Amino acid sequence: MTMFHATALNHRNRRVEWLVRVLFLLMTLLLVVPVVLILAVLVIRGGPALSFEFLFSEPLNNMTAGGIFPALVGTIWLVGVALLASVPIGVAAALYLSEYAPDNMLTRAINLAIINLAGVPSVVHALFGLGAFVLFFQFGTSILAASLTLAIMTLPVVIVATRESLQAVPQAFREACWSQGATRWQTIRRVVLPNAVSGILTGIILEVSRTAGETVPIMFTGAATFIPFLPQSVMDQTMAMSLHLFTVSTQVTNVPESLQYGVALVLILLVLAMNAISISFRVYLRGKKKW
Amino acid sequence: MVAGQGQRATSVDGTEALKLSIRNLTIGYGGVPALRDVTLDVRRHEIFGIVGPAGSGKTSFLKAIGRMDEFTRAMSVEGQILFDGKDVREWRNVYALRRRIGVVFPLPVGLPMTVYDNVALSPRLSGIKKKAQLDEIVERCLRRAALWDEVKGRLDALGSLLSGGQQQRLTIARALSQDPELLLLDEFSIAVDPVTTMRIEDVLKELKSEVTIVLVTNLVQQARRLADRTAFFLTGECVEVGQTEALFEGHVRDERTSAYLEGRFG
Ligand SMILES: Nc1ncnc2c1ncn2[C@@H]1O[C@H](COP(=O)(O)OP(=O)(O)O)[C@@H](O)[C@H]1O
Ligand SMILES: [Mg+2]
Repeated sequence: MTMFHATALNHRNRRVEWLVRVLFLLMTLLLVVPVVLILAVLVIRGGPALSFEFLFSEPLNNMTAGGIFPALVGTIWLVGVALLASVPIGVAAALYLSEYAPDNMLTRAINLAIINLAGVPSVVHALFGLGAFVLFFQFGTSILAASLTLAIMTLPVVIVATRESLQAVPQAFREACWSQGATRWQTIRRVVLPNAVSGILTGIILEVSRTAGETVPIMFTGAATFIPFLPQSVMDQTMAMSLHLFTVSTQVTNVPESLQYGVALVLILLVLAMNAISISFRVYLRGKKKW
Repeated sequence: MVAGQGQRATSVDGTEALKLSIRNLTIGYGGVPALRDVTLDVRRHEIFGIVGPAGSGKTSFLKAIGRMDEFTRAMSVEGQILFDGKDVREWRNVYALRRRIGVVFPLPVGLPMTVYDNVALSPRLSGIKKKAQLDEIVERCLRRAALWDEVKGRLDALGSLLSGGQQQRLTIARALSQDPELLLLDEFSIAVDPVTTMRIEDVLKELKSEVTIVLVTNLVQQARRLADRTAFFLTGECVEVGQTEALFEGHVRDERTSAYLEGRFG
């Protein structure tokens, strides 16, 4: 095959190809390095603090000793209630936008608003939550007010993730179903949702893990620095992991370093665990891919 | 003729024998015309063939019949489409209209559910829940679509993972499961091997006694084999409609028709 013998150009192309590949690899490594470093530092410094005691007991001596149980439980409450509010509303809104809304000015305006809502800084959400839920609706500083604030914050992302999974379902499936005389809702229930549900769920879980780390929005609306007992209802205030980390790192003196790192480690493990669940779920469902 | 279908007013010109009456049908996409001023009739229990080069408006024509233009943005339909004498646009319940019309698209769409569920979808949509009844419908329709022997052992396999030819027969079974009065086929043999095509053609010949069939085909010989009458579409115009055999024997009103049928075109 002498027709395709190596030329100078050919050589140069191959060199460029090699350079580009190495460059991209370096960038990727650069991205991984901070993540690995953070985890390593947390594990080395915070690891020793971790114990059954630490996870399941209350803070002692003005939070310079003891455990994190009320904060852990509080974060689960906050995230759970926020989910209960944001998932039904977000999924319904995404279904409307993706499956029903006509493509007109109003729909486009709503889509734009959602994208912008996702860009609103969390401190603005915090003040909104304070004004709307704590004061106007008179929920007081409570899990309910804080969770609703978190829900409003995450709503745009839930909507976008859901809408994307819905739109990944081929239009041909819908048309095949409609042409058999199915209504929009019948089509959604039998064809669209079953094939979008994995994407919706994983999107939601990833978002949830982000809410677990939010501090400012809940600080104004329902989380407190120190409450030595567990919340009994959504009208109670609560401790939270993110706020607790902020407190032990900046607000109290004489906190042993291992305790500070321990709190951070537990928070990040919580988030990573949720991500891991989400990712393994996605892998499992991809294995059952239907088209 | 099936008893009970002639309940509409019988008129002297015999319109009760018409399944479809298309009057001045004009279709456009965002102002660009795709079909212009088509007027033709489809008789009850005939196979009505439509041939013509790509882009001549055949698919658009089929879509308008089941009001599937509502799925496509910017698709506009003017003129009348009388289905059993009543304009499809006057059907208050478009879902009931579509259930009476079975459609087979050129590229088969096996829905991402089991083979069984694919065929049982339409009966379920119309409220049939009894397992025994569904079983019966599924088997009957798969047999008619010449697919039963290949899938009877794996009815719970995914419909979307069958081979192309099998999926096409699955969509035919699905269309039949609606128990349609009118069957619209759009170039069904594009994704099907010749042997399967022949088997499906045999099925269509049998079905003729029960349903009216509009067969859009890219193979003129297929129209010759199956269609009682054939229409020739060309760039949005219905050039002519005639008895299939007569057209193929050269009894045409427009020279372009025989040019196309004889394959000396362009
Ligand atoms: N969704 C659409 N949007 C815009 N133009 C379309 C669309 N579908 C079809 N057309 C145009 O309409 C004309 C007729 O198309 P079609 O009905 O698909 O013809 P055929 O089935 O005979 O190939 C073509 O010019 C095609 O480009
Ligand atoms: Mg076509």
